[in-house]
Amino acid sequence: MADKVLMKGNEAIAEAAIIAGCRHYFGYPITPQTEIAAYMAKKMPKIGGTFLQAESEIAAINMVYGVASTGLRVMTSSSSPGISLKSEGISYLAGADLPALIVNVQRGGPGLGGIQPSQSDYFQATRAAGHGDFHMIVLAPASVQEMAELTVKGFELADTYRVTSMILADGTMGQMMEPVALDFDVKPMPEKPWATTGTKLERKHNIVNSLSLVPEELEQLNFARFERYRQIEENETMWEEYMMEDAEYCVAAFGIASRVSKNAINEARKQGIKVGMIRPITLWPFPKKAFRKAADQVKAFISVELSMGQMIDDVRLASECKVPVTLCNRAGGMIPSPEQVLAEIKKVAGK
Amino acid sequence: MSTQNYLLSGFGGQGILFAGKFLAYKGLTEGQQVSWLPSYGPEMRGGTASCSVIISDEPVGSPIVSNPDILVAMNLPSFDKFESTVVKGGMIFADSTLIERKSERDDVKVFYIPATQLASDNGFPTLANMIIVGKILKELGQFDEDALRAALGKVISAKRADMLETNLKAMKLGAEY
Repeated sequence: MADKVLMKGNEAIAEAAIIAGCRHYFGYPITPQTEIAAYMAKKMPKIGGTFLQAESEIAAINMVYGVASTGLRVMTSSSSPGISLKSEGISYLAGADLPALIVNVQRGGPGLGGIQPSQSDYFQATRAAGHGDFHMIVLAPASVQEMAELTVKGFELADTYRVTSMILADGTMGQMMEPVALDFDVKPMPEKPWATTGTKLERKHNIVNSLSLVPEELEQLNFARFERYRQIEENETMWEEYMMEDAEYCVAAFGIASRVSKNAINEARKQGIKVGMIRPITLWPFPKKAFRKAADQVKAFISVELSMGQMIDDVRLASECKVPVTLCNRAGGMIPSPEQVLAEIKKVAGK
Repeated sequence: MSTQNYLLSGFGGQGILFAGKFLAYKGLTEGQQVSWLPSYGPEMRGGTASCSVIISDEPVGSPIVSNPDILVAMNLPSFDKFESTVVKGGMIFADSTLIERKSERDDVKVFYIPATQLASDNGFPTLANMIIVGKILKELGQFDEDALRAALGKVISAKRADMLETNLKAMKLGAEY
């Protein structure tokens, strides 16, 4: 294994993207993810790539659309308010079936909000990243190593299924440094016969477009897209289970919330409470099967979130409300402490 | 299981983040699990800066240190803010050039080092941070010159190699204080 280096989560995303073969980055600075742009500004010119600080987030996402149309690996990154600005372009990417990677290092909202860590864009990422019927693959890293690994994975999945992948991180994940090993095996990029690479007078024109005025045809495009989504749900759902073998209570948490929860679970175990955790790694597709299975085993779920409670809806849906689901949360840029999570676990366990 | 939770705090520009990064790299080069998390408010030079560093022989859970085993306070606002958060039996390292009062805690060990003054007197005014780091490592029984040199090599770029010896000198000064 390669030597581990200390990197910020944001830097790990940027370096992993380069390793994955991404040579085109378009963005606009915003805290707490600006290190991604800074890293790209430094590196891309040296390796024949493009770094472009666009005039706005809207411009950046449309530049992504342009490069994605040619079949090359391309990305943009921003934080919460900036992602909202990109939402029209994200919908167009979906409508044109273009693979791309979008990074959202979330901060507290709504509105311009603050700059401290948050997970309150869960609904936006998993439900409504733009108008129309579509999904993105949403990946939620919980370490700097995963920031890097899921970036590579995000590009690969996007290309395989012709969808957009999103890394949904938060300010803590972006700013913290941890050891990271960057010796990835990147799968070769699949053929992209649909890409606009020039006909060389040897084939018909490829057209990349999200406009489709004949409803019968547009319906078929939606059906075909949702068939791909079904395959993604079947093949690409990822989660981690922690101490679930004998668990009577189950914490649901992703990203930084899962790190805090681990401390609380370890302490609760010392006090004799059988608690475990399911950590979704893909937020879409949500690990429904894992939660449905756990619903037959545990007495309650506790959703730990840096929001007013968003993922909790998916936990309820996936567990079919078989057992109670409670919320343990902070909002607006605040992070639950391990003590707060432990107190909720004890309350739910009646201890 | 052994875990050390550090909270380093002071003014922006005092090298708080660098000192934390050095400690994290030292842990990494010794095969430990480490994390480093800065505060990232809308702050700039002269404002407050702090960072959480965790060095453990087990995977690090939450990277946020609310109750440090070791607190570094390099200015009075940090000392006032974090003094009460240190765990019982923990250690506080205070820059006594900038912090005139003494700690009110009697359940922690407090070290007062005039680091800013020492740094200035010895011709490296920007290395008060490393003087304190030297003192910490001495108190922890971890002042091993080879290990320090290895970790410094990770945080100081080859272009600034001359700074390596100066940093080491600052740490020795702290260790001997």
